[in-house]
Amino acid sequence: MPSQPAPDLSPQVSDEVRKTTCYMCACRCGIDVHMKAGRVAYIEGNRDHPVNKGVLCAKGSAGIMQHLSPARLRAPLKRVGPRGSGEFKEISWEEALQLATDWLKPLRDTAPEKLAFFTGRDQSQSFTGWWAQAFGTPNWAAHGGFCSVNMAAAGIYTMGGSFWEFGQPDWDRTKLFLLFGVAEDHDSNPIKMGLGKLKARGARVIGVNPIRSGYNAIADDWVGITPGTDGLFILSLVHELLRAGKIDLNYLIRYTNAPYLVNAHDGAEKGLFLRDDAGKPLVRDRRTGRAVAWDSPDIAPDLANGIEIGGVTHLPVFRHLADRYLSPDYAPEAVAKRCGIAPARIRAIAAEIARVAFEEEITINQPWTDFRGVKHATMTGRPVAMHAMRGVSAHSNGFQTARALHMLQILIGSVETPGGFRFKPPYPKPPEAHPRPHAGHSPGQPLDGPQLGYPLGPEHLLIDDQGQPKRIDKAFSWDAPLSAHGLMHMVISNAHAGDPYEIDTLFLYMANMAWNSSMNTSAVMDMLTDQNEDGSYKIPRIIYSDAYSSEMVAFADLILPDTTYLERHDCISLLDRPICEAEALADSIRWPVVAPDRPGHEGVRPFQSVLLDLGARLGLPGMVREDGTPKFKDYADYITNHERRPGVGPLAGFRGADGTGKGRGSPNPDQIARYIENGGFWIDHIPQEAQFFKPWNAAYQDWAVSRGLYDSPQPYVFNLYVEPLRKFQLAAEGHGHRQPPDHLRARLAETMDPLPVWYPTFTDAITDRADYPIHALTQRPMAHYHSWGSQNAWLRQIHGHTPLYVSGSLWAQHGFAEGDWAILTSPHGRITLPVVRMDALNAHTVWTWNAIAKRRGAWALNDQAPEAMKSSLLNHLIHELLPPKGDGLRWANSDPITGQAAWYDLRVKLEKAPAGQSISYPAHKAQSSPLPAPARDLAHQVKE
Amino acid sequence: MTTLPPPSTRKLGLVIDLDTCVGCHACVISCKGWNTENYGAPLSDMDAYGAQPEGTFLNRVHSFEVTRDAAPPMVVHFPKSCLHCDDAPCVTVCPTGASYKRVEDGIVLVNETDCIGCGLCAWACPYGAREMDGAEKVMKKCTLCVDRIYNENLPERDREPACVRTCPAGARHFGDLGDPQSAVSQLVFERGGFDLMPEQGTRPVNKYLPPRGRDTLQMPDLASLCETPATSQTADTQASGFLGWLDRALEKL
Repeated sequence: MPSQPAPDLSPQVSDEVRKTTCYMCACRCGIDVHMKAGRVAYIEGNRDHPVNKGVLCAKGSAGIMQHLSPARLRAPLKRVGPRGSGEFKEISWEEALQLATDWLKPLRDTAPEKLAFFTGRDQSQSFTGWWAQAFGTPNWAAHGGFCSVNMAAAGIYTMGGSFWEFGQPDWDRTKLFLLFGVAEDHDSNPIKMGLGKLKARGARVIGVNPIRSGYNAIADDWVGITPGTDGLFILSLVHELLRAGKIDLNYLIRYTNAPYLVNAHDGAEKGLFLRDDAGKPLVRDRRTGRAVAWDSPDIAPDLANGIEIGGVTHLPVFRHLADRYLSPDYAPEAVAKRCGIAPARIRAIAAEIARVAFEEEITINQPWTDFRGVKHATMTGRPVAMHAMRGVSAHSNGFQTARALHMLQILIGSVETPGGFRFKPPYPKPPEAHPRPHAGHSPGQPLDGPQLGYPLGPEHLLIDDQGQPKRIDKAFSWDAPLSAHGLMHMVISNAHAGDPYEIDTLFLYMANMAWNSSMNTSAVMDMLTDQNEDGSYKIPRIIYSDAYSSEMVAFADLILPDTTYLERHDCISLLDRPICEAEALADSIRWPVVAPDRPGHEGVRPFQSVLLDLGARLGLPGMVREDGTPKFKDYADYITNHERRPGVGPLAGFRGADGTGKGRGSPNPDQIARYIENGGFWIDHIPQEAQFFKPWNAAYQDWAVSRGLYDSPQPYVFNLYVEPLRKFQLAAEGHGHRQPPDHLRARLAETMDPLPVWYPTFTDAITDRADYPIHALTQRPMAHYHSWGSQNAWLRQIHGHTPLYVSGSLWAQHGFAEGDWAILTSPHGRITLPVVRMDALNAHTVWTWNAIAKRRGAWALNDQAPEAMKSSLLNHLIHELLPPKGDGLRWANSDPITGQAAWYDLRVKLEKAPAGQSISYPAHKAQSSPLPAPARDLAHQVKE
Repeated sequence: MTTLPPPSTRKLGLVIDLDTCVGCHACVISCKGWNTENYGAPLSDMDAYGAQPEGTFLNRVHSFEVTRDAAPPMVVHFPKSCLHCDDAPCVTVCPTGASYKRVEDGIVLVNETDCIGCGLCAWACPYGAREMDGAEKVMKKCTLCVDRIYNENLPERDREPACVRTCPAGARHFGDLGDPQSAVSQLVFERGGFDLMPEQGTRPVNKYLPPRGRDTLQMPDLASLCETPATSQTADTQASGFLGWLDRALEKL
């Protein structure tokens, strides 16, 4: 046999590996960027990084194609055609910055609230919020309001944190994992790694999702629930666990407000905690029968019996809780039809939770001391963990559903115990430890405090004496009292309507609000282009920053082009949305592994550096020196030298003159260099005795203080009962100084329940099922992130269009055949899509992929691209307001507590499209592209 | 016609866990990235931003639904690349000898300088695991990252195929399937690993681990798990009801 070829088995992989942070989604994995001849050649995961430990998803590995995307902008752009046309001319940076300054300076001097500055998938929110505060506008937020604020806010109010950046399942020890709703889009690699760990040791995974795709495909048990009924299902599980006494009473007494005494007497105090003169909530001591402060030493708090003082009965929280959930209303038989789950299945899942929690408990031989000074010899855990994100959040009952989920975890005693759910520092952090929202603005002055926060009662709402909202998005008004992330999805429609007031400049960053990030997309495009009688635009000025030629670009008057993620500095900061692990404090950076390069054009600049430049031109406090010169050269300078509190800055690692400071320490001029040396991140492990029971663990509290997370130990108990919610309910009942408008009273009273409650989604409640019989959902493809994936030559070959997936029964009912198209109609709009049959799907639900569809002319794609021809957005079917109910009012299509956009409440009618359909509807007029058509074929290889 | 060498004792290959694969396509793109930059011609993308993009991929993930009579339908994600068969029909059909199976480890490769792009091998492969590159007109296929696994320029821990290194769920395993004691062989033994389409007689080296049973949760009623069940449906004040149970339970704490 002839000798075989001898291929080169040891080619040089790269000249150099530069370690930075991915930005192909919000996961923030560490990446090794392999460089050849000064160019990016190959990207893989960083094995040492705390988030991804070497693995990398499809998006991450395709980062090179994003970096080289033909949709990259090349120069600042000034609009020359009508809004929406996409007709621009390239201008210099000096002209662009002067123009922006000329627009913004008069606003700051006279009415800073007339600037509305909203950022999308921005990972520098602590910076952009600080800038907006210095400018003096209350109108700033990021995209949380249309994403997952229900999950975040419900978690903070209930237990001081939630999933993803707040905490994670104890993947190494969990024996039973329940996953609710679509979760493929957030925390992507850590969840896949965690599922892999569970699978490797044969732990059971239960998936609760109308659609068995992605993670649900590998779930051992799939519960194809009816959309919007997760809360009812969870409360039925609670019913079963209570009925069987399978709850952790010790845990509830020690670590939750279950024993707190609640006033049961009608009147202005009803539902509030009984407190002592110092304001401490009281509990009944079983030994003496007396009401004593909850944290008194050597007491036996009662959960069953209350006390009577002056004719007023006060019952423990737990008694209220048991009364409610033991009701037959929550029995499996009572909820089965609504949830689409057989009673026996609900019982089996409850029994499995109980079995694993109480018969497979985990004990770690690790002594620890609680905040009361009580020493514990071991750490005992209940190895049942859960996770949920947008699937549960994006409903008008999402806040209370998320509350129910957190309550379930607490009742079985699994939160912050081995095998359960674990917080990631700087969480846990209860609502009291967060700021209150601020909106005090005046000409030429910074705002009186941070824009966003956690209200503890009506006194913290941002409304004026007439009850009118102070923010353009009406966040923290009676419409959405606990809108902790703002309501970005309401900004354009409110600004267009001049309600509650008119603004001048809309300034957006990295948010595709003219397309997939808005409800009611076509109307939003009209609002952005709508003119007054004199020909001026209703929204007078729009400034936008994006790295790519997105749909939103076409609607701006001035474009400040951003860099790609490989060309910039960033910090993934503890002040923001950190990347910590349950075992460790961690943060990281991005740094320019290559310099921005747009030959023949003015070039692009990192948005954060541009914002600092603009801040200096405007003379904003904190951004200029006493002599008026800029304080920071660029964003890297800010990252290194800005201090939020003395010794606490954007990056926690390598602080102090010698670089040994952890969390605290003076600015270190070599800090970024030290991060680069260390692989782009910094990590600091939590001591063993502080690893679990964090809210109550004295060693954790002391460690957190030493790292600058708190300034003093702040132990607290979990809020099974959320008293601030009751305060809003009391207002709705007519008590207190600040009163809601009458039309909102009933809704506030029903929904702002201090104990988790389920109610049908607003859409379900008002829809006639004969007209719109089925639910329609989107799922997030794991290989795309929002609108970004479609410009990526590799990723768009995985998901290039949006078929409508139809259940087998609907397929048969409508007589679909392969190649057919469907018309999907809601009370608000109509789309057409090609159909695909899918049986692993709730029988009364259809779905498609989110954010794949594109407007012609955007993203440097060909006009005939399937993203434009065979794709549509469900956004066209979803209005930010509910259809008129005949009461003369238009109600928001949002959660009534947080204002979160209720994307997943959608109901539709499904019809077969007439034969011959070949193009999706609606087909918007193409926007002009400021970029040339890309080369047709691609064969990218970096030669030495 | 090209002849196959005698079967090697060392049989490098992949074990792919269908119980764990979430269908995320991480392996697909990691493979695309590595092999665009390394072995042979880059993997091209024709009409990359157009109406019908068509690129070369050495590894693709397909998803299948499995409908069942008495249980809910299942979805199985099925990653597929060259299985490095012992009896590789793609090798024997090659008219130029460009397609070959390595003597030392059984990896099937294409020597691109000898490939005339006739496509016979793709036709002969029952798995559809070979792709003709649209730009270069040579046959491309999984190399098992032969230029990674022996690469002395890579740290030892990175000498594994790109798809294995990147898989977030840990659903892909690499090793010597010719050694019954290897971790991959043990995994195949323990989990009932199987050959893809054994009736084709290709004797693939790669193995698949089947999905575990789905939707098997069956539990007795919760109350039967309890020593002292809280039998009442309501929180009445009777000692026999929930509050009675609660009172007794609190006394025991």
